[in-house]
Amino acid sequence: MTAPPAPPTPPHPPGPPWALLAELTHACPLRCGYCSNPVELVSRSGELSTEQWSEVFRQAGALGVVHTHLSGGEPLLRRDLPDLVAAADGAGLYTQLVTSGVGLGERRLAELNGAGLRSVQLSVQHADRVTAERIAGARSFTAKERAARLIREAGLPLGVNAVLHRGNLDDLDGLIRLALDWGADRIELANTQYHGWAARNRAGLLPTPAQVERARARVARWRERLGGTLELVWVAPDLVDATAKPCMGGWGAVSLTVAPDGTVLPCPAAGTLPGLDPPNVTHRELAWIWRESRAFNAFRGESWMPEPCRGCALRTVDHGGCRCQAYALTGDATRTDPACRHAPDHPLVEALVQGAADCADPPAYVYRGGVR
Amino acid sequence: MTAASPASPAMSWRPVLARGVVLRHDRVRGTDLLLLPERVVVLDGSAGGVLRLCDGVRDVAAVVTELAVRHPAAPVAAEVPEFLNRLRKEGWLR
Ligand code: SF4
Ligand code: SF4
Repeated sequence: MTAPPAPPTPPHPPGPPWALLAELTHACPLRCGYCSNPVELVSRSGELSTEQWSEVFRQAGALGVVHTHLSGGEPLLRRDLPDLVAAADGAGLYTQLVTSGVGLGERRLAELNGAGLRSVQLSVQHADRVTAERIAGARSFTAKERAARLIREAGLPLGVNAVLHRGNLDDLDGLIRLALDWGADRIELANTQYHGWAARNRAGLLPTPAQVERARARVARWRERLGGTLELVWVAPDLVDATAKPCMGGWGAVSLTVAPDGTVLPCPAAGTLPGLDPPNVTHRELAWIWRESRAFNAFRGESWMPEPCRGCALRTVDHGGCRCQAYALTGDATRTDPACRHAPDHPLVEALVQGAADCADPPAYVYRGGVR
Repeated sequence: MTAASPASPAMSWRPVLARGVVLRHDRVRGTDLLLLPERVVVLDGSAGGVLRLCDGVRDVAAVVTELAVRHPAAPVAAEVPEFLNRLRKEGWLR
């Protein structure tokens, strides 16, 4: 295990951040096998208060943030959610609720709408109710159907988000039809990222290359057929594609994440990196955290990059890939993301993908317990 | 590109930002922005001023007239209807 290097001085002061991922709570009525939230969740009593979140939004707005995802866990479990929406809106932030739909009744939605909510992203696990609820580890399908209807009736833009894996990649047509039925403006087909809890279920989630190929071809066909009436976003499976993902648009380049307890991270998964010593909004101003903190400078720019990234033309596109994945697979966050076919550690990923291809009967999901 | 005639459909719709689309000035960056559910569009110099007139009451012809008064030297009649139409196709105006 290696600690990150001493923070390099960034070549120039970073530009202001655009987006804030506000993880309002880790509590969630669902128990998705692919959940990328940490294995150790923040308890309800450890969450920031209404006033503290309002201050986070105010500081974020002053720093240049214009967009916030109000996420979790399930943000609807925060009873003060309408106040938080109003605070973010008042700070000039565009607010998008990222929800499972469980707990989104008519009154709640009206309150949120009145507080200045601009759009909603609704998660969906599968188009088949039974399979969907097995993936989510909880009854949730009826609640999602109702939430989608209410969101449309309220006239809010609706995005549907499906995390893709071995258990639903073959249902791609079903997922897209569901998004059309529900009147969504957009569907995000995001292949699983193996962070947090999802890493425990990797063997059950990792798709076969053949599944990915079929799904990709279907997405292309749907794109042609729909011609823009439903926006289709495909987030590629980096391991199967042997291609590093441009994680977060670069470390400390575009957005920041605030965890339920006020910890500020350059990426939602970065809490696991050893020696990162992430700052907290209860101790430091967001502006200092963004510009000066060791955590935000650790992998900013290119000076931290090892070979082969250092000399690679793609480094400005993928920023050397995902630091959290490099750490998860090699124990060293400074190595080239093993997802990349050029990475010295890529054989590790090849073995994982080959393992998935060879496995006829993937293991059942391990579900987590609840948050207190 | 030719300017649409005042009676054409290109001139008679009453543009207004679509639901979920927000126009705002970004003081930190000194620019106007269009904010969408998953996207931020940075508007160049005059675009924000054009969109501020799109209130769902004025039709395109009225927007053009207003802009022509404000910027007598600019080719508004030639460019503005086309610009608004492009944003309508993107789904940002309705
Ligand atoms: S992935 Fe599932 S379990 Fe995890 S926070 Fe989201 S809805 Fe809850
Ligand atoms: S070597 Fe590094 S920069 Fe080049 S493609 Fe791979 S991860 Fe990206």
